[in-house]
Amino acid sequence: MPLYSFLIIPVVYVIVFRYIPMLGAQLAFRRYSILGGIWNSRWVGFENFEMFFNSYQFNRVLSNTLRLSLYLIFAGFPFPVIFALLLNTIRARRFKRVVQTVTYMPHFISTTVLVGIMLQFFNVNYGIYGKLYTALVGARAPDLFSSGTGFVNLYIWSGIWQDFGWGSIMYLAALTNVNPELHEAAQLDGASRFQCMLHIDIPAIIPIITIMLVLRAGSVMNIGFEKVFLMQNDLNIAASEVISTYEYKRGFVVSSGIGSTTDVSLSTTIGLFNSTINLLVLVVVNFVAGKLGETSLW
Amino acid sequence: MRSKNRLNMREVRALRADRRGTAIALARSDRIFLAVVYGIILLGTLIVLYPLLYVLAASFSSPSAVTQGRVVIWPVEFTLAGYKQVLAYQRVGIGYRNTIFYTLAGTTINVFVTLICAYPLSRKGLPHRNFFTFLFAFTMMFGGGLMPTYLLLNRLGMVNTVWAILIPGALSAYQMIVVRTFFASTIPDDLLESAKIDGCNDYQFFWYFVLPLSTAVIAVIGLQYAVGHWNSYFSAMIYLQNPDLYPLQVFLREILVMSQIDTPEFMDDHAAEAIQSMKNLIKYALIVVSTAPILSIYPLIQKYFVKGVMIGSIKG
Repeated sequence: MPLYSFLIIPVVYVIVFRYIPMLGAQLAFRRYSILGGIWNSRWVGFENFEMFFNSYQFNRVLSNTLRLSLYLIFAGFPFPVIFALLLNTIRARRFKRVVQTVTYMPHFISTTVLVGIMLQFFNVNYGIYGKLYTALVGARAPDLFSSGTGFVNLYIWSGIWQDFGWGSIMYLAALTNVNPELHEAAQLDGASRFQCMLHIDIPAIIPIITIMLVLRAGSVMNIGFEKVFLMQNDLNIAASEVISTYEYKRGFVVSSGIGSTTDVSLSTTIGLFNSTINLLVLVVVNFVAGKLGETSLW
Repeated sequence: MRSKNRLNMREVRALRADRRGTAIALARSDRIFLAVVYGIILLGTLIVLYPLLYVLAASFSSPSAVTQGRVVIWPVEFTLAGYKQVLAYQRVGIGYRNTIFYTLAGTTINVFVTLICAYPLSRKGLPHRNFFTFLFAFTMMFGGGLMPTYLLLNRLGMVNTVWAILIPGALSAYQMIVVRTFFASTIPDDLLESAKIDGCNDYQFFWYFVLPLSTAVIAVIGLQYAVGHWNSYFSAMIYLQNPDLYPLQVFLREILVMSQIDTPEFMDDHAAEAIQSMKNLIKYALIVVSTAPILSIYPLIQKYFVKGVMIGSIKG
């Protein structure tokens, strides 16, 4: 019994703050009114879902979300792998440690500051980018923050800049488990360093690459709110509105999208739609991961 | 076959001895390869480092030098004007104070709840263990969403209080499972058995044996929670209306992203350009003031963060 008493606080917490909101998600099937609240507002069936699916925002937020996350997965994942492979061939301990400390650093910069730095750097008038462009091309630089493609590229490449070092930790760890005698034997047989990397190191980390990719695929519908929201403006909104930012705006910001007021039910609907898809994706991904090996999410 | 292997092993040993002494001569192709490797790594490191150094240099330069693009990597016309403005901002001080409070209090709550949740779930003898594990793990995969959570906190009277920042994220199921796995794999069953025989109850065992044996994992998850608190602005933006409660990140958003800067009084007569330059400088100084503490502490405790990535990769 004392063992159960440890669980009292966590169980109360998880029920109140995690499961009760799940019950609250029934608002997706009701028309929210302040008097009715969660339990007594009028049932409307799938009306909110129809409203969401039929609005022009649906295709937009869905394709923007998928575009950003797929682009980030495919453009982003090779960098930490390559970086780890290269770093692993280096023997100079000191140099290696300095490189690691420096490249892990951006991971600790908050999203707000990261976007702040980007806004400074890519400012057309007085940012480095604006100055350099004018100096080289002789014309005023195009404003990257105000175009859709500009937004997407800034989002992706700043993400790669921030996390390629940090992301390499896993692969480096896997590489240190490679038996050094394999390398020595191969070198005795005349293999070059490059061939060693190609035929010893890469096969050694293929399993972990696969696992990481599968895990990333599990969060394909989860583009984090914070960075996208900070980078949004009226000019790039067609490319930058994603599910999570739209859910927030429908719930909290007056005059955005369909109506001109906030819509509690619609925001709940968007959230429920996203959570459900996430769950389905995770189940599928876990099934695939299970097929690939003994790796399993739970 | 066997003799050939043995020969190889002898050669390998010779090779190792050779390496311990003078460096073995590299083939030419290997030297070129290594040069390319060093080149790419240096390039990558510089690409990471340069923006950081630039921000630092710009924050110490004169407003006009920054705006005119004369700063390259070293302060131009050194001045502390930007920092003076930043430090004169009350909001920055309030934000810092609040962020430190949220980080300390929030992390304490996080670590406490995570530990007391993970420990019983790590014990094989716990009845209905799978049910409870699932109860928590499921929250990683599915959630009620933003609006229902907001309505709940509103109902509980937590909106616009510090509790809205500290309590809703009290437990990360992911971290809990990391700790549970750690407990299950490092606390020997025999230890519990012998402690029980000596009359130790579960609370005492947890306090006197489990916690002291788990300082590494506590440091790891504590740091991860702490960085999360330090960097987050979303819940503050949603749940807080009182600026006195805002964490630093919310003020940073206002100043860095939305450019809401009170231009200093004495600038009123100056041209718009001068005001713009000053704003610019303030932003650089603010970036340094808000980021330097974490970036200068982190190398000292880097190994705990790195360990966190590794521990997290072991599945429960």
